[in-house]
This record gives sequence, C-alpha cells and structure tokens, in this order.
Amino acid sequence: MERDDTLLQVTDLHTSFATGRGTVRAVDGVSLTLAAGRTLGIVGESGSGKTVLARSIMGLLPKRGATRTGSIRFEGQEIGELSPKDLRDFWGRQMAMIFQDPMTSLNPVMKIGKQITEAIHEHLEVDRSHAREMAVALLRSVRIPEPERRMKEYPHQLSGGMRQRVCIAVALACGPALLFADEPTTALDVTVQAQVLELIAQQQRERHMATIMITHDLGVVAGRADEIAVMYAGRIVERAPTAVLFSELRMPYTQALLSSIPRLDQPSHARLSTIPGRPPNLITPPPGCRFAPRCAFAQDRCRTEEPPLVAGDAPGHEYRCWFPVDPPSRRPATGTPVGAPNGGEA
Amino acid sequence: MPGPGEGTEATTSDLSRFAEDTLSPGLAVGQGQLYMTAVMSETGRRRRLGVGAWIAIGWLVLIVILAVLAQLGALPLKDPNRSYAMCARLGPFAKEGTAPGHLLGCDTNGRDMLARLLYGAWASLLVSIGAVIVGFVFGGVLGMLAGYFGGKVDTVLTAVFNVFLSIPAVILALALVAFLQGSAGETGGSSGADPKIILILALGIVSIPLLGRITRASALTWSEREFVLSAKAQGAKPLRIMVREVLPNVLPAMLSIALLGVAVAMVAEGTLSILGVGVKPPTPSWGNIIGSQRSSLQESPHIIFEPALLIFFTVLSLNFLGDVVRARLDVRESSV
Repeated sequence: MERDDTLLQVTDLHTSFATGRGTVRAVDGVSLTLAAGRTLGIVGESGSGKTVLARSIMGLLPKRGATRTGSIRFEGQEIGELSPKDLRDFWGRQMAMIFQDPMTSLNPVMKIGKQITEAIHEHLEVDRSHAREMAVALLRSVRIPEPERRMKEYPHQLSGGMRQRVCIAVALACGPALLFADEPTTALDVTVQAQVLELIAQQQRERHMATIMITHDLGVVAGRADEIAVMYAGRIVERAPTAVLFSELRMPYTQALLSSIPRLDQPSHARLSTIPGRPPNLITPPPGCRFAPRCAFAQDRCRTEEPPLVAGDAPGHEYRCWFPVDPPSRRPATGTPVGAPNGGEA
Repeated sequence: MPGPGEGTEATTSDLSRFAEDTLSPGLAVGQGQLYMTAVMSETGRRRRLGVGAWIAIGWLVLIVILAVLAQLGALPLKDPNRSYAMCARLGPFAKEGTAPGHLLGCDTNGRDMLARLLYGAWASLLVSIGAVIVGFVFGGVLGMLAGYFGGKVDTVLTAVFNVFLSIPAVILALALVAFLQGSAGETGGSSGADPKIILILALGIVSIPLLGRITRASALTWSEREFVLSAKAQGAKPLRIMVREVLPNVLPAMLSIALLGVAVAMVAEGTLSILGVGVKPPTPSWGNIIGSQRSSLQESPHIIFEPALLIFFTVLSLNFLGDVVRARLDVRESSV
C-alpha cells in the first residue's frame, strides 16, 4: 500500500455509549488506514461494532450518550476538530454512506428525484434544471431504467434493489472520496446482491473512490476488497490483504467465520459449522481474549490475558491470538480442515 | 354545568384518550405514513372513502359555504338583529300565527333564527378554526423542536406541555380570556381587542400542548429513522431536515388531531358563551345563542335545539373525519 496516498487514518478509536446498565464499549481501540481508491472490508457478526465504527468515523453518532476518543484523520484533517458547519460541508462531499436497509433509508413522502437533487443542492451551486440533469445522469449510471420516469416516483413504487440503487445514487451525488457501504446487500434478494455489489465496485473504479465495505459475509468482500479487517466485540482481531487473509488466517474466529459459509466443494447436505454462543456483552467484556468463551482452542491463558495484535508472516498481516491455528496454506490438501492449535506463541 | 358543558367534558376526554392512543405506540403512528403516501400519490393505490366520510365532508363544506355567503350578504336572509316582536318565541311549526318567512322560527326577542344561525356559523367556525390554527402552528413548531432535538429542549417543552395539560381546559380558557381581555383593555384603551381574537388566542393556547405533544411523539420516532440519518450524512442542516424530511411524515398525525381539535374548540366556545365570556351578543354564535337563550328551554325548545343540532352534526362530522384519517394510519400498519 502506498504510504503517501493515505486517505483515512484512524488511530486508537474508542466509542462508548452510556446506557442504563453501564457503559457499552462498542468500538474499543481500533486503528486502520485506507489509501485513496482502495477497498477495505470490515467483517464480523452482528453486534461486533462494525456499524458503530463506520458511524464513529463519519461522526454520525447520536448527540447524547455517545463518547468518541482517538484520532480520525481524513486527508490529514482531524475530523474531531471540525465545527458542525464544516462537518456538514464534509459529509456528502468527502464521505458518504449507503445504509443497510433501502426500505427505511429513503424518505417515504419525497419523490426519488427530489431526494437526489436535495443532496446536490446541499453542496454544489447549481440551478434547478442542471441539478435535475445531474440526478437523471446519476440514476442512469446506477442502471435504473427510465430514469426520467423514476424521478417522479416515490420510494414505495420501487423494488428493494431499485431503492438500493437510488440510495447509491444519493450517496454518490456529490462525488465523495470515501464511501461507507454498511451491509448494502443484507436486505436484498440474493439475485440482486451481486448486481448491487458489482455496481458499487464499478462506480468505485470510475470515480477512484475509496470504499469501506461492512458485512457479516466474508463472501461479499472476498473478491472485492483489497484488505479485510475482522472485527469481534469492538476490536479488530485479524487484518490482512484479502488474498493473504484467506491463505494465512491464524485467528480461530476468522476460521470459524469462514467455515460457516457453505462451499460448493463440500458434499451436498454437509452440516454447516456454526460458532456456538453469542458475542459477549460489551458492558463487561470477558477478561483475556474476548473470543475465548466461544473458542474451541481456548486455554487458560486466553481467559486471563488479552493477546495483542501481532504481525504474521506475510506483510500487512496482523492477528490477535495466543495460540493461532495453522493457516490453510500449511495444511495438508485433504483431510479435515480444522487444525489443532499449534501451541506456539507468535 | 348544563348540557353543552358536559358535552365539552366528554369530547375533551375523547380527544385526550385519542391522544394517548396515538402517543403510546408512537411508532405505530409513524408507520402509517407510508400508507398516506400511497393514498396521496397519483399512481398509488387509492382507497375509497366510505359513504359516512363523504356525508361528513359534505356537511362541513355546506356549513362553511353557507357561513361565508351569509357573511358576505349573498343570501336572502333577514337581519339577524332585527326584532319581529309578533313572532317572538314562535317555532318553525308553531300552531297559531306561524311565523311567516321565518323558516326556523324566532328567538325570545323575535329575531329570525335562520339568519342568526347562519351568521353565528361564521363566528363559531372562525373561533374554532382560528384557535386550532394557532395551536397547530405553535404546537407544531414546539413539538417538532422537542421531538427532533430531544435532550434538554425536549425535557423543558414536555414539562411545560404537561403543566398546561394538567389544568382543566375550560378553566384554563376562562382564565386566559379574562387575562387577555384585561391586558387588551389596558393597552387598547376604549373597547379593547375584538372578542373573537381573544377567544381564538385563549382556545389556541389551550390547544398548543395537545398538538405539541402529538407532534413531538411523532417527530421523535421519525427523527430516528435511517433516512433522517441519511439526509444528515449528506450534510443537510437541522432546519432542512425538520422541514423536508420529518415534517411531511408528521403532518398526517397532526391533521387528524387538528380535525378533532376544531370540534373541541367549537364546543368550548359554546361553553365559554354559557359562562358569559364567549362571543359577545348581539353578534351571534352557535354557542352564545344557546348561552343567552337557555332560560327558554321549556317554553320554546327550538331556540336551544337548533344551534345544538348544528353543533352536534358539525362536531360529529369533524370527529368522523378525524377518525377516518386515523384509521388510514392504522390500516397501513396492519397491512405491513
């Protein structure tokens, strides 16, 4: 990754929410960097802090009860130091977000065209007819048929896939340098998912836009992200360039995520492996490794001492585990894929 | 308290019960708006209004048109303040000496009831609609601020609303009329402000917390929706988000309450007339016809029953329409 091209640099980000039962540390010490035009995939199950991480970076946290510490630098500019007005200028032009559910992220009582031109008017000094033309062009570029007619329709008149395309058009309206896609395909039919992902990838190539793709499905980011970060309980537990992650993964959680995806080369009717239990309570996270209570390889040390993020063999590979599993690349080609813990410390 | 007074009580509690219903499942109200969009959009499915709703709309339109025409002098009505002594107390169907030309009879002073009722409709409608507009605008703005910004703004505004709601509406209106008349008299000198304006203000202030709370509850749920966050993520300013994103979704809930509010205000005006602080005679209003002539209930009941029936049907129509609006919101909710 080119060092000078850094677009986003997040250092030791903590985000917590004050609730009646205590402080929920949703994001707990996350650092990451992203270069212009690249794609970072953030993977983890529900409640691992992916969405909060994205919203923290954007500064879209609720006004009350949320605390964010740490540094977020976008093109060298510290986001936390921006005034609310500067932040509004920043949103849409520099960073934009596609939300998970296209059913709720469009205003039900506003026409499609209006929702896009609103975003344009907010930042660019253009007249009405020009904004309209831009909106039609945007709708066409996200491959919505008959864009002129769709402009006059309401969200409920469109299908889910069409709505998500409109959401993408809205997010792209002012040409952001960084796009957050927060589970953009979770609410969509499987048949439409690939189209929407391909659309995002295509727009990204054309606009040289960096993307942070948030998902619980490793399959979604496998072919698309340059780098993947696996999150668990508010922390990054493994991070590597995509190809390296799939061949060199060391963290049992990543392995468990990967083996919970059905594979074509498995015999039909093979049982899918699952991860037992549920993510920990983030008010009082377990001492030691946060994955230990659910980990098949956990030993005493895992339950008392938290492993640091250590570098793996391949460049850019980091993981957080005392007893890492054998990476797939070092396993025999046949036989059961689940490796025993190698017992060694990295 | 006499009959119409009890009516006020009943309708007021109906309204607050409705308010509770609408308030507690805040989301339910919110969910309804999509359906409203479907109804309002040209290509969306249209649901037919029932016969009842059309009758209610027809009645209200008729009353408004007649009131306006009477006020403009476009109807061949008798002078509402001229006394036909011969016909005093004669009803529409009196046996001896039926009042010729007096379709609905005359009141105790021999004034033509038809003319007084139609002229009175103007004052009644003006006061009740005006009051609700005052409540709608101020309650809407305050409720929107409370619902959107939340936090301290919400705490303070909700507390103020609750203080006002805790005072019985009629007593509050009475106190406000007295207060406003007093201050208008001081500043305005001789006669003070038009009593109708004072009534509009007094009843309007009474309705602010009702509409404010409804707006707040609805705005609160809509402000947490993703499209509001999405608008924010595009850099929209708070005012723009409130007006363009939240308000259109909150409006149907406000409208259904406002319709009921007009009915309540109309009855309240009558109540205040009976208590002697309503529209000042000889200017007629439905309320003060009942109020000033109530002693003749036994010998010439038509004087009381005619305006009472007009109030009854108008309030019924408004209630019905309010229910229709509310039912629309509920239907969408159950169909999803």
